[in-house]
Amino acid sequence: MSEHVVVVGGGMVAHRFVEALTARDTGSAFHVTVVAEEDRAPYDRVGLSAFFSGSTPEDLTLGAPGLWESPGTTLRTGSRAVSLDREGQCVTTADGTRLAYDHLVLATGSYAWVPPVPGADLAGVFVYRTIDDVIALRDWVVRRAAELGRPVRGAVIGGGLLGLEAAGAVVGLGAECTVVEFAPRLMALQVDEGGGHALRRTIEAMGVDVRLGTASERIEADADGRVAGLRLSGEEDPLPVDVVVFATGVRPRDELAGAAGLPTGARGGVVVDEGCRTPDPLIWAIGEVACIEGRCLGLVAPGYTMAEIAVDRLLGGDATFPGADLSTKLKLLGVDVASFGDAFATTPGALELVHSDPVAGVYKKLVVTDDARTLLGGVLVGDASAYASLRPMVGAELGADPGLWLLPENAGAARPQVDLPAEAAVCSCNNVTVGAVRDAVTDHQCHDVAAVKACTRAGTSCGSCIPLVKKIMGAEMAKAGVIVSTALCEHVGLSRAELFNAVMVSELRTFSEILTRFGTGRGCDICKPVIASILASLYDEHVLAGDRAALQDTNDRYMANLQKDGTYSVVPRVPGGEILPEQLVLIGRIAQDYGLYTKITGGQRIDLFGARLEQLPGIWQRLVDGGMESGHAYGKSLRTVKSCVGSSWCRFGVQDSVGMAVLLELRYRGLRSPHKIKLGVSGCARECAEARGKDVGLIATENGWNIYVGGNGGFTPRHAELLVEDVDDATAIAIIDRYLVYYVRTADRLQRTAPWQQEHEGGLDRIREIVVDDALGIAADLEAHMARHVDDYEDEWAAVLRDPVRLRQFSSFVNAPDAADPTLAYVTERGQRRPATAAERAAGGTSSGPVLIAPTTLEVRS
Amino acid sequence: MTAVADRLTRVHICSYDDLTPELGVAAIVGGEQVAVFRLADGRVFAVSNLCPFSGAAVISRGITGSRGDVPTISSPVYKQVFSLVDGRCLDTVDKSPLPGHGPDLVVHTVSVDDGRVTIDLLGS
Repeated sequence: MSEHVVVVGGGMVAHRFVEALTARDTGSAFHVTVVAEEDRAPYDRVGLSAFFSGSTPEDLTLGAPGLWESPGTTLRTGSRAVSLDREGQCVTTADGTRLAYDHLVLATGSYAWVPPVPGADLAGVFVYRTIDDVIALRDWVVRRAAELGRPVRGAVIGGGLLGLEAAGAVVGLGAECTVVEFAPRLMALQVDEGGGHALRRTIEAMGVDVRLGTASERIEADADGRVAGLRLSGEEDPLPVDVVVFATGVRPRDELAGAAGLPTGARGGVVVDEGCRTPDPLIWAIGEVACIEGRCLGLVAPGYTMAEIAVDRLLGGDATFPGADLSTKLKLLGVDVASFGDAFATTPGALELVHSDPVAGVYKKLVVTDDARTLLGGVLVGDASAYASLRPMVGAELGADPGLWLLPENAGAARPQVDLPAEAAVCSCNNVTVGAVRDAVTDHQCHDVAAVKACTRAGTSCGSCIPLVKKIMGAEMAKAGVIVSTALCEHVGLSRAELFNAVMVSELRTFSEILTRFGTGRGCDICKPVIASILASLYDEHVLAGDRAALQDTNDRYMANLQKDGTYSVVPRVPGGEILPEQLVLIGRIAQDYGLYTKITGGQRIDLFGARLEQLPGIWQRLVDGGMESGHAYGKSLRTVKSCVGSSWCRFGVQDSVGMAVLLELRYRGLRSPHKIKLGVSGCARECAEARGKDVGLIATENGWNIYVGGNGGFTPRHAELLVEDVDDATAIAIIDRYLVYYVRTADRLQRTAPWQQEHEGGLDRIREIVVDDALGIAADLEAHMARHVDDYEDEWAAVLRDPVRLRQFSSFVNAPDAADPTLAYVTERGQRRPATAAERAAGGTSSGPVLIAPTTLEVRS
Repeated sequence: MTAVADRLTRVHICSYDDLTPELGVAAIVGGEQVAVFRLADGRVFAVSNLCPFSGAAVISRGITGSRGDVPTISSPVYKQVFSLVDGRCLDTVDKSPLPGHGPDLVVHTVSVDDGRVTIDLLGS
């Protein structure tokens, strides 16, 4: 007979408790019931603001969904515990249900505290705590903006962590925003005065009004009882506002425990010992409701620790609370803010090292011991890149000059390399130490990040520690003499570059021959697209020729770009961004006829979204008839050549950037590469085409072109570096030919030009020797390769349209070739359609929300 | 009894020669979307076409392959890998399926008689 654990509260900490209990209770000694007040499964409250960047409530749901389906767990959503009977060992919920427990875990968290300001109960006043709060805030702002016909004015009361989050949300909704804070600086609990100043400057530069050292006296209403103004102390006129958000702190929800006679702390919270147990041996309290070591902790990391401790104790362990790590790292309104250790230098004799760059909005402070050797804590605002390395170092000697840590990451001076102590925490969300990561590599043979994550749980919550995990893993593997395998996958033991050469030398032309000769098995989704790309680079045959269709990722297979709902986007080529009016009209007509969503891309082209598989040939036919062709906005290939207007129209242009961009785009169109590549051409040093953000960028000079290489956007953006200066058109093209082919032949799978260049032996200097000075004597070969590509190019769309066999692959269903996918559903937004979210589908268009459009109403008109 | 079930759930979808080796197709069977694959060795498999991680009906457009001896299909959206034999998700790519979905694909019985490919929805 298993014992019954009742958990009151359904937040993040409750979720972690159940997850840990299910994982560790292998003998099924316990079954657990969670009483959750909200109508949803536990979700990521820390990530609430992601809601405003398009996430749905479902996206925020925590953990594996199977958790609540296992027989040992019951989740009662929409259920509130109203009384606790300790003698009878049962909890009663609002609907009268009595839940008997053997063990009770209080995880009721906190509520948003609203100070007693007159008018705090008006329509248009919100708090920022739950998904429902956030939805209500969003709906209000959207509705008021429509009613008022102007941007909504918002005020957020509270300039702490949550207040700045809320301000970000309000601004994200298109509203104006004022942050009102009683303290003389922002985030007073986490950052010091200098940090607060830097934060304020940066936030004000984003258009958010900041009022410090002032209190809210009263919220005023309009004739209809809605928020209209906010009166601040010491100010004559009220601030005109249409919405007010209170972010003035949280208070523990300890009323259940208090009423049952359990002791509570001076500032609230259920008092527990270091094992998270209340004086009643059957009752635990964890998370924000617990008063541990005399205080309540409003961060999720210590809450998770408490959850793990309670589970350990239930299972007979003796884990104790190790003390709270109150470090925080956040991106508020796009500004990095981090605070760790003794951030306010309260240790006797502590020294503060400060670097402040008001122009860049960066403030960094390290707190060290009086001998300047041991790190005690720090504050980072504007650039928190050193946080992951520094936080685990608290209490350890910094080694070299601590000041080096304050410099920007790429200031030239390398940050000191230090050996982290084994007990230092890497992942504070899950309490994983450096030692645990090292053990995973050495004792458990985890040789990639995924394996380390699975083994230690490091990096599975917020993910900010993954770069550090990678670094420790790499160092440990190097120490153990483990060579990181360059094998493509279980079928091919060669690296991409090796395979490229092998295929080139052997002159094999089919996947099955190549795999038989250089690999084993049947291939997979890793090696198949790589081989398809190599064949495309070497032979310039159609991507669907021979047995190749089955090797291609969906984008190359259907020559369009797969979107989230399974439809595709179509992008016709617009070389250099130069387009005829007739072609603009044609694209617009096609979009109207097929009901496609249209958007100008970041690469100066026009993207048509929502085309179904079976519609692609019809759309292409009309584009091809109008003189347009495939834009290769799919696959790993040349995407676009961005350009500014250049000398033909611009007052400042010194070269014809449009002409050069058109020339380059037509030259390299269809070129398959390890990663997608983009080029840019700017007509003068003003750099309007942002050419230094591209894999290859040309910037005009009085004397010709400067060529930059290895730039990109993506996850870790990089500026391109100068390869050669002041070259004429012909030389520029020869050098770009060589650079691109050399990259195509030697880079790893999915490796962008930037890391390729960085990891190339001898770096950019060596690449320059090879592609500019021809140190290896292969320049002519590289140019010949590109010349072949240019000569053999054919429009892939037109080729499919001419081939009835390939066309058959564009059927929706083998037994109903023209039927529309019945699972597609759309809503209109700002006059165009987009895929319906899960919630909108569930509502079926019957609610007051956006109208659901069934796909059948969008059939082709022609 | 069986005859009634047969009529409702056994659906001929195409001829065997319509299937290109290693290149999936989608079919509609009794209102349900099924992804059908003919492997290079001649075996034919059918699984649900709906990707449980993205909600898009696109499994037929994935890339076939193998993990050890197990023939597999990878979803084209987020690249999860599934066994074609029992539908099990072999690599979740660190993602969770959508709420209301398990990680695995439903497997359907498929038979080839006289060059005709038939799907039996009951046989899953």
